Amino acid sequence: MAELGEPAKIKNYVFFEVEILDPKTKGQLCFLDKVDPHSTIGEIKCLFHKAYPHWYPSRQALKLDPKGKALKDDEILQNLPVGTTATLYFKDLGPQVGWTMVFLSEYAGPLFIYLVFYFRLPYIYHHKHAFTSSPYPAVTTALLLFSPSSLACVCHSIHYIKRLVETIFVHRFSHGTMPLRNIVRNCLYYWGFAAWLAYYINHPLYTPPYYGNKQVNYALAMFAICQAGNFSIHLALNNLRSDGSKARKIPYPTKNPFTWLFFLVSCPNYTYEAGAWFSFTIMTQCLPVGLFTLISFIQMTIWAKGKHYTYIREFKEYPSLRMAIIPFLL
Amino acid sequence: RADMAAPAAKGTSRTAQNDVASIKKKGPGALATAYLVIYNVVMTAGWLVIAIGLVRAYLSKGSYHGLYYSIERPLKFFQTGALLEILHCAVGIVPSSVVLTGFQVMSRVFLTWAVTHSVREVQNEDSVLLFVVAWTVTEIIRYSFYTFSLLNHLPYLIKWARYTLFIVLYPMGVTGELLTIYAALPYVQKTGLYSVTLPNKYNFSFDYYTFLILVMVSYIPRKYRLLLLLLLLLLLLSKIRVLRSEQISDTQINHRMLIHFWGILWIMVCFMFVLEMQTLCSIVTIQL
Repeated sequence: MAELGEPAKIKNYVFFEVEILDPKTKGQLCFLDKVDPHSTIGEIKCLFHKAYPHWYPSRQALKLDPKGKALKDDEILQNLPVGTTATLYFKDLGPQVGWTMVFLSEYAGPLFIYLVFYFRLPYIYHHKHAFTSSPYPAVTTALLLFSPSSLACVCHSIHYIKRLVETIFVHRFSHGTMPLRNIVRNCLYYWGFAAWLAYYINHPLYTPPYYGNKQVNYALAMFAICQAGNFSIHLALNNLRSDGSKARKIPYPTKNPFTWLFFLVSCPNYTYEAGAWFSFTIMTQCLPVGLFTLISFIQMTIWAKGKHYTYIREFKEYPSLRMAIIPFLL
Repeated sequence: RADMAAPAAKGTSRTAQNDVASIKKKGPGALATAYLVIYNVVMTAGWLVIAIGLVRAYLSKGSYHGLYYSIERPLKFFQTGALLEILHCAVGIVPSSVVLTGFQVMSRVFLTWAVTHSVREVQNEDSVLLFVVAWTVTEIIRYSFYTFSLLNHLPYLIKWARYTLFIVLYPMGVTGELLTIYAALPYVQKTGLYSVTLPNKYNFSFDYYTFLILVMVSYIPRKYRLLLLLLLLLLLLSKIRVLRSEQISDTQINHRMLIHFWGILWIMVCFMFVLEMQTLCSIVTIQL
């Protein structure tokens, strides 16, 4: 009868004991005694970290069952279905890296890589083109920059600068860290694609769009709208959590017209993002950009669907008109 | 009352988990098993047809050369049919990884169609016979292994053959494949097969020749690839230093070769860097 739900309330304050086992060998990794029953899993992780300095808290996953889900950091020890001696199983999540760090490196890379190709640093193209720019003659657009390649450079750079600004000032991340492997994979994807599409857009043999100025200007306008929209949505989502609460809320349209897409879609930030890349494809008329747009769209649809169904499950009064990413369609 | 409920709840949750585990172990249903047996039997028969075709052609011709033509059609049919195995994994009736199976099948299909079929000049090569024989023997053993396993009656001979013969068959197949791709290279370069050059409307380019070289590189085991990557990086750095010091001139003869060498070197370095990122990452563990 050692496993009673609650410790018997006696005059002296009852302390818990926590033993942490390896799920494969069932050997004891650590034994903590005199643990306060009101302590959280996060605090236990810190204690475990003291015993094993190379397993810092964000790298630990503590579970009640070897095959179960990891316990959240804010769970309180005495609320768990354990006796006065809690048995937890430890899993090493591998080297972790903070989300902010991941996003900063993911977005700073393409920004600089594109510029390397735009300024045609040596050894990329033929040596006679080193340090030149796209030679297309001035075309009458409303802007000072004339060639489609320069325009594309400005748009691409603005897009990633905007993302960097959002990462630093706007976004609030609910999870602290992700495995190191993710940063490698994500950076390879972003940097690789940035290099690939920058190579063609800034190539000496680049062919400007088929319909000329008209195509570029319309695409540019759509790009600008989508960027503004994406930024507005991020601000709106940020304001949902402005009071510091971690609870999920339904996002609603605000006075900003760009947020009115919330009437039709659960994740308008992804809609605007897809729209921005689509217009960039039209603006540059470049197949690799189209491929990048397609893959991003597929990934964002998966995320949007996930979020959409989470909203539906969590909130009974969720607006039924909303679709996940494309109004009325997807 | 809460005290009594807690151990009971713990008990039921444990047995519930055991039930789920045992259901998961049962595997594909009866219909799926029947289909898989039929599939594996058909594939075994198919590759046996190819084997018999090879033997008959050899006996009638009296030499090794040009045997590919006698089994060209069944080879294409049954090797392409292996694409169904990806579907089996995706649907779940076969407990393998979709990605792994996909990769293996696609590499075979690539060699069959994009190299051997597309570059006619290599069809006479002996290397083609090398990998066709390796594939035939491997596949006959593999599919009969699966057939007998599904019927729960696996003869020891088949099991032995599968796990022993691959020691000979795998290197044989790899050698044949690599030699065939190598033989195809000059023809691909000459005709510009499957290649797209700039300038074009869609601002895209693809060099099949370089792609084939990269495919060959991907055959090299990881350890040696890392070494090769190091060597190439050193070569690139020394090349940059040399080019900076001397005057770069546009001599007609060396120009194309120079561009090709330079371009391929860059692409190979990037490609291998990408391939090796995982290994490099596991070597370096950063506490961030």
